[in-house]
Amino acid sequence: MSTVAWLTQFLEVLAALILAPLFLGWVNACRAWLQNRRAPSVLLPYHGIRKLFHKDAVIAASASPLFRVAPYVVFGAMVAAAAVIPSMGTGLPFRSAADAIALVGLLAIARVFMSLAAMDIGTAFGTLGARRDMMIGFLAEPALLMVIFVASLLSATTALPLIAERLVVQPLALYPSLAFTAVAFTMVLLAENARIPVDNPATHLELTMIHEAMLLEYSARHLALMEWAAALKLFNYACIGFALFVPWGASIGSTGIGAMALSLPALLVKLAVAGLWLALLETVSAKLRVFRAPEFMATAFMFAVLGLLVHLLLGA
Amino acid sequence: MEFAVLLLTPLLGALLLAVWGARPRAAEINIALSFGTFLAAVAVTVRVINEGNLTAAHEQFFLDPFNVFLVTLTAFVGLTTSIFSRPYMRIEMEHGRLSHGRLRLYHSMYQLFMTMMLVALTTNNMGLLWVALEAATLSTVLLVTLYRTPASLEAGWKYFILCGVGIAQALFGTILLYFAAEKVLGAEGVSALLWTHLAAVKGELEPTVLGLAFAFLLVGYGTKVGLAPLHNWLPDAHAEGPTPVSAVLSGLLLNVAIYAVVRCKILVEGALQSTLPSKILMIFGLLSVVLSALFLWRQRDIKRLFAYSSIEHMGIIAFAFGMGGAVANFAALLHMTVHSLTKSAIFFTVGHAAQKAGSQRIEDIRGLLSLNPTIGWGLMLGSLAILGFPPFGVFASEFLILTTAMKQEPWATPILLLALGVAFAAIFSRVQSMVLGHSTGKRLPHQPALLPVFAHLALVLLLGLYIPPYLADWYRAAASMIVGN
Amino acid sequence: MQHTPFDLQLLNACAAILLLLSFAMLAQRRIVALVNLLALQGAMLFIATMLLAWRTGQNHLYVSAALTLGLKVIALPWLLHVLIKRLNVQWDSEPLLNVPGTMLIGLVTVVFSFGLAQPIAELASTATRNSLGIAVAVILLAFITMITRRKAMSQVVGFLSMENGLFFGAMSATYGMPMIVEFGVALDVLVAMLVLGVFFFQIREQFDSLDLHNLESLKEDQ
Repeated sequence: MSTVAWLTQFLEVLAALILAPLFLGWVNACRAWLQNRRAPSVLLPYHGIRKLFHKDAVIAASASPLFRVAPYVVFGAMVAAAAVIPSMGTGLPFRSAADAIALVGLLAIARVFMSLAAMDIGTAFGTLGARRDMMIGFLAEPALLMVIFVASLLSATTALPLIAERLVVQPLALYPSLAFTAVAFTMVLLAENARIPVDNPATHLELTMIHEAMLLEYSARHLALMEWAAALKLFNYACIGFALFVPWGASIGSTGIGAMALSLPALLVKLAVAGLWLALLETVSAKLRVFRAPEFMATAFMFAVLGLLVHLLLGA
Repeated sequence: MEFAVLLLTPLLGALLLAVWGARPRAAEINIALSFGTFLAAVAVTVRVINEGNLTAAHEQFFLDPFNVFLVTLTAFVGLTTSIFSRPYMRIEMEHGRLSHGRLRLYHSMYQLFMTMMLVALTTNNMGLLWVALEAATLSTVLLVTLYRTPASLEAGWKYFILCGVGIAQALFGTILLYFAAEKVLGAEGVSALLWTHLAAVKGELEPTVLGLAFAFLLVGYGTKVGLAPLHNWLPDAHAEGPTPVSAVLSGLLLNVAIYAVVRCKILVEGALQSTLPSKILMIFGLLSVVLSALFLWRQRDIKRLFAYSSIEHMGIIAFAFGMGGAVANFAALLHMTVHSLTKSAIFFTVGHAAQKAGSQRIEDIRGLLSLNPTIGWGLMLGSLAILGFPPFGVFASEFLILTTAMKQEPWATPILLLALGVAFAAIFSRVQSMVLGHSTGKRLPHQPALLPVFAHLALVLLLGLYIPPYLADWYRAAASMIVGN
Repeated sequence: MQHTPFDLQLLNACAAILLLLSFAMLAQRRIVALVNLLALQGAMLFIATMLLAWRTGQNHLYVSAALTLGLKVIALPWLLHVLIKRLNVQWDSEPLLNVPGTMLIGLVTVVFSFGLAQPIAELASTATRNSLGIAVAVILLAFITMITRRKAMSQVVGFLSMENGLFFGAMSATYGMPMIVEFGVALDVLVAMLVLGVFFFQIREQFDSLDLHNLESLKEDQ
């Protein structure tokens, strides 16, 4: 593998790290516009992360080493995922590792560590959030896997870059199965990233929070890493969605820096549209009671399985 | 010509009676129309006997020995029921259970119902058969709810929904049939659903498709026949409507439904080259006999009692058709005839008995014999006939079925015998208590028309003692046609 | 994967949406929305029939498309809406099963119906033969809709949805039934709805409600 290729890979990860908070900021800004509020700066997440890195960390007396390690593991898993997902090009060195099912596993590792860390201190809210998060993850994962199965059935592979390539190469056609799974994927994305209707990222009411409840005990650099990881997670999910459903624009096969540079605007456009779309969805839907979340996830699963069945039957 | 009269008389009659409404003589018009239909049926029958099979209207309709005998039977029972319903409905009016509007509905729908049954029987098009059977159901739904009591509404709703769902399955079966036929008979669709054409090429039809089609058709039309376990709607619908409606539902519509099943069976068996459909029909039939015999013990309502008895007899008929062979089919056809006649006669007497007692509960009906000997004897004789007492025709057909079963399906004979015994005990003990004992009833404001009852019973007796040779030939022709060679 | 022509892709999409609508009906609790879904299903059926008519050049399919439009998209939903308004039944009760449970049963049903339709689809020569499984699924899902509802009105909607599935099945297996049968079926459905309308008023007059709990007195040992 040439140095250029590795350099490109490095640049892709760097781009992910930089773009992730921006994407989060963009979604939040869109949401504010749609709700007729004055939007915060798109760069707000950067400021937040920077501020947190400058603070002194306070750690609970009862915290075990796991609590300290978790942010690094979570962040590391997200960075690894970002390296593997073909967000800008499909010919990168990590290509062979970009198996979709392995990717789901990587995301699961992050979730497990996060939940363990949240329970580590032993406060009520952390445990509550962790339990809820595990429940949603437990329901979302099968749906996500189903989504991936449909995509892999269409292209006869579970390697994310290959799925993306096949879809680009094929003549344009209507795929009802992909449409269904796209709906399922969007629902999984909302649930996994703690967005409305499953969770409210802006909530300060402890009883209803899921994701935020797990971070209550973190401060300073640990919190910064966790928040950055959360932004990365959203970014990663969006990029998985692009790879599965709208891979057009990413550079196919080539590893040059020039090709990557060309695919960057395409990625930005896709992110902008996706962010707007997410904000719209979050604006029009109401937060569900926690007990209704299984229903939401069951619907996502249903959509994914329906996509699978439709594909098996109609071959489309 | 006769054929057009046969179908058009009741159809135009339905319109006429809808317009005529509750003016005087509506009941007489109803009888006259039924009589006209009956005459046309006789004329058609004579023609079929003399000239053989008939087709009409671009082969959309056809008549062969199998259906023409049912046409006559239907027209005959239709006529006697209309005669019976004249005084019955007048009494109901005086008891205040009916209004003029509802009487108009009754007369009009009665004729429409007859039309639809005749269309179902005579159509050559399997699709039209479905349409007509569904229409026959729809025309009777509002008759079942004629009294608007909570129970009758519930019965009507069950009837509508269960039969609707059931018959939807039959439509899917018909679609599959068409699908298989289209491959053999061409995609133009002119002949692909015509039974005569299908029967001619049944050996070439795709077996897998027809097997599946039969499953749907049997469930669909089987629901209408009231085969267990699809019989849930039947006792309610037959018990809660006015008695003339119960009589035609039990006596005629069930026949038409089983006719549809048998038509389908002939096709499917030809295609599958196996007797599996017959076996399935046999099992369903046996199950119906056993289940209804058990349910008979729990009945407290006289009309429900005889409705369950109808399920039992439909089971016997299905079983006989399922056994196959010339003798069994002959017996099944005979049983269809005698059951039709006997069951409608029983409902006639039951209707008047219930009117007298002012209740359909068995315990409220007492001492019919002392109160009105004709009703009492009618019910007694009718019950004996339906239970298969020797001189009556039911005995002859059941005897034939049982002996054939001993020869062909020995394992089923004890089950059948036991079920018949159980049913016998259940019905006989109840009828006995109603006919004998002291009466509590009141006089009826009009003299009941019991001529139909005894006419039916006389015919059943006649069929038990002696089957006229031409009738026997006719049954044989039909039976051999069902066997399929 | 070989390339399928665009109109066939559209047809497939219609089939898929039909299936999706069936699921939506399974999950929907509100009766008004249920009727709207039914109308939407009819509309999909209409589009699919038109596409098929255009594709195969069979004129009788245009007629049945028109029949679908008139009856299933306009007349019946309108009739049901009028009934709902006149009878004032806006809300459906909770179905007997919770939504995820119903969904799971529905998915199993779809698998089952695909298996059921497979042998027939293999024999079919029509371009739309693959949709046959979807048609069977729509029929069975409608059946589940009927089973899991208590209100008379939602049962009727399930019944009509079943009819849609049957129609779609006939279309995908054989490009529709002979015209005379199709007219007959359409007539039956229309009459059935009219009878039902009358029937609803009778039930209502008697019980003051359309809840089928009221219609459960006819048991064996009364």
